[in-house]
Amino acid sequence: MEIRNELNGQLRIVIVGHVDHGKSTLIGRLLNDTGSLPDGKVEQVHEMSRKRGMPFEWAFVMDALQAERDQGITIDTTQIHFKTAQRPYVIIDAPGHTEFLKNMVTGASQADAALLVIDAAEGALEQSRRHAFLLHLLGVRQVAVVVNKMDRVEFDQYRFEAVSREIREYLAELDVFPKAVIPIAARHGDNIVTRSDKAPWYDGPTVIDALDAFRPQQTPTDQPLRFPLQDVYKPDDRRILAGRIESGRLRVGDTLRFSPTGATATVVSIEGWNHSQPIIAAQAGQSIGVTLDKRIFAERGHIAHLEQGAPHVTHRLGVRLFWLTSEPLTVGKTYTLKITTAEHRVTVESISAVIDIEDLSSTPAKAVHRNEVAEVVLRSRSPIAVDLASELPRTGRGVIIDGHDVVGGCIAVEVDEGPAASTNTTEVSHAVTTEERFSANGHKGGVLWLTGLSGAGKSTLAMALERALFDRGWQVFVLDGDNVRNGLNAGLGFSASDRAENIRRVAETAKLFADAGVLVIASLISPLQADRARARAIGGERFHEVYVSADLATCETRDPKGLYKKARAGEIAEFTGISAPYEAPESPELTIDTGTLAPTEALGELLDYVDTTFGKTSLKQGRL
Amino acid sequence: MTADLDYLESQSIYILREAYNRIDKLALLWSIGKDSNALLWLCRKAFFGRVPFPVVQLDTGMELPEVYQFRDRVAKEWDLDLVVEQCPPEEEMDQTLPPLTRAAARKTEGLKNLLHNGKYQGVMVGIRRDEQATRAKERVFSPRSLEGDWDVKDQPAEFWDHYKTRFEEGTHVRIHPLLHWTELDIWRYSKREEIPIVPLYFAKDGKRYRSLGEKNITFPVDSTAGTIDEIIAELVVTKIPERAGRAMDNESEDSFERLRSAGYM
Ligand SMILES: Nc1nc2c(ncn2[C@@H]2O[C@H](COP(=O)(O)OP(=O)(O)OP(=O)(O)O)[C@@H](O)[C@H]2O)c(=O)[nH]1
Ligand SMILES: [Mg+2]
Repeated sequence: MEIRNELNGQLRIVIVGHVDHGKSTLIGRLLNDTGSLPDGKVEQVHEMSRKRGMPFEWAFVMDALQAERDQGITIDTTQIHFKTAQRPYVIIDAPGHTEFLKNMVTGASQADAALLVIDAAEGALEQSRRHAFLLHLLGVRQVAVVVNKMDRVEFDQYRFEAVSREIREYLAELDVFPKAVIPIAARHGDNIVTRSDKAPWYDGPTVIDALDAFRPQQTPTDQPLRFPLQDVYKPDDRRILAGRIESGRLRVGDTLRFSPTGATATVVSIEGWNHSQPIIAAQAGQSIGVTLDKRIFAERGHIAHLEQGAPHVTHRLGVRLFWLTSEPLTVGKTYTLKITTAEHRVTVESISAVIDIEDLSSTPAKAVHRNEVAEVVLRSRSPIAVDLASELPRTGRGVIIDGHDVVGGCIAVEVDEGPAASTNTTEVSHAVTTEERFSANGHKGGVLWLTGLSGAGKSTLAMALERALFDRGWQVFVLDGDNVRNGLNAGLGFSASDRAENIRRVAETAKLFADAGVLVIASLISPLQADRARARAIGGERFHEVYVSADLATCETRDPKGLYKKARAGEIAEFTGISAPYEAPESPELTIDTGTLAPTEALGELLDYVDTTFGKTSLKQGRL
Repeated sequence: MTADLDYLESQSIYILREAYNRIDKLALLWSIGKDSNALLWLCRKAFFGRVPFPVVQLDTGMELPEVYQFRDRVAKEWDLDLVVEQCPPEEEMDQTLPPLTRAAARKTEGLKNLLHNGKYQGVMVGIRRDEQATRAKERVFSPRSLEGDWDVKDQPAEFWDHYKTRFEEGTHVRIHPLLHWTELDIWRYSKREEIPIVPLYFAKDGKRYRSLGEKNITFPVDSTAGTIDEIIAELVVTKIPERAGRAMDNESEDSFERLRSAGYM
């Protein structure tokens, strides 16, 4: 089987371009001039136009909705079949209005080739460029340009050449080289099916010639096998793994490996229904079911492939993305990324660049707004099996889902294999290694131990840091000295031994959190050198001491809880700094002086430290 | 050459399997016509011989006798979980609709009852883009509002075979696994696969049904095509639209759009 019959293979053509440049008109006219309209259609369009008090409107052939006809604008994409002497076509009309970009994407994503329509008088406008860019992202590489409404510029050759040059230059920057640039007047039928005598200076192809010159897309049968599972069926005693082969070929007897699990098994049969003969092989484009020799764990979302030529498996993915919804994409937000049938919860780690559609320049940004195109880094908790779009487009692209809706699309442009999850060197018997957790989270777990006087600003800093890191998608949690005394450490007082035990328990708890991959911010006065040394011993090398310093006088004037006042009045015994000692750390990993730094500066310093110590650059150095 | 049919078939099977995996409570609407017969056939291919969800006929009591006979025979032979949903009478329809459209609207109401009583989250319908211009605007997974309305002016993005499969509580989705097929494809496929067909499609006394609907609002068209091959030959050259015999489509410019916006198939 072939994805499409290459002899009389149908070709799907999308018509794109700026609003009102004449896309629907072109299709109406094309259908009419090739004799493809059903009987009575032209009369109906006459009647629709007359009813609305307008001259005959070819666009009404395609614009079927009342709202579209009343407003003279295409709202949603539509498709129509027609034939030339050479082959059958599906023509896909796409709306040009920026409001309906999601509909344009819906239509264009299904095309093998595109006609980009540009108004001769207006030239390439914003959506002309955006559509060209999206075609490129959607993988539509064959493009021809028509410069429409030539009647409105008196079929001026120089105007045509200026528009033609401008769009060719733009497309060239996208690595797209149009097969033809054709001067037409869609409304009047010039150069659509028959050559126009109004542009004797033009001797290139007509629209029909250009369509027939497009090539059918090659079925990716010679590429590496990718067989993503849709479902597992047990109709009887068979266990059938069902899905569609996206690329390559598969034969009975092949040993399959599944990503991301790494499970392997051999194909025993290719199952079908109502087949006269057993099926022994299948290839790209076919929806099939297979049975295996072993009952391995395999489910929807896993990709079967051969030993050779496996997909990448990663927790961190660089994508080029287009955004289709009014709520902007921002750093730290979490979405569902769906690649073939696999879904992953991903957090936006960074937005490397938003691309200016006008001149294709890029600028770093904090958010991607509706209809924008950007380069983004996504971080996933679960391992993603994926290909680079440039190598295997069908398994190298995906959609972003937010809530109930598809809100964007993306193609994989960079894969970060990350620290090799397979080199499992820890002796823990967990099936999930520490490295894997770190790799999934995109940061290390650890303990950030904030020590300092009451009122030095530990809790404020701790909570602000927790917020900031959480917003970036980190696994982070504050263990606050005051809060733990209500639960974990309820019953402990303020005697020297109780204080020591208080700290030991917090240190042990923090360590467990850190093992689980969380960055723990422990915020405790922890006045004694010895107690903190013990906490450090418990936490090991993941323990980082931060001295939040402010002199006693400053803390006393701040006195947020009124404790100093009470201590001075003798109402609280053994109050650190007044009636009990505070031993400042001798060599903390970091000192933050809240006496001189503004709160935002203090947070900034802390964030920088956390980034380099626990963040992704620290992962790259492989010091886990 | 029927390689193109393999492609169409594969795509439909992919859609059916997505629906079955993603949507909890599914039903298939079986009009007993050529398209939904092909759809049932594709289900058997997708799920290895078994149709794993209820198959519903929205019955107005106005189908031709051959249709009922065919229904009962095939349901038994294919071991279908057949559900017959009786549609409410015409008097209960929106009286501002043109009369024939009103008759067709009975099915919309029948469908609403079915969805409500059966708590279905997804219904599969064998419509095609080439049948009718508003159907050409459809999505493969087409969400409906709480009231069952189709918001044609704000449809979801659908690309790269990723479909909308998450919905608000109480709404449902229409799944259209045949959207990309043409009338001619269906006949060529029916021939290749030897799918059973209601005999009304074949010409008798110079007339045949090209599109099968209720007897009060569907009319046979002039034809001498008495076999599948002759039907295929006829379709290659005809310039008469498929639904020319469907009165409600052509009653006024917007009648079919209104019908569909309100939830018709
Ligand atoms: N003078 C002139 N007018 C044209 C020509 N082609 C299209 N038009 C007119 O331009 C207007 C817009 O045409 P449409 O075909 O609706 O434009 P469109 O690109 O489909 O617009 P959207 O789908 O809304 O983006 C209509 O009024 C057409 O009649 C042409 O060759 N010459
Ligand atoms: Mg248009």
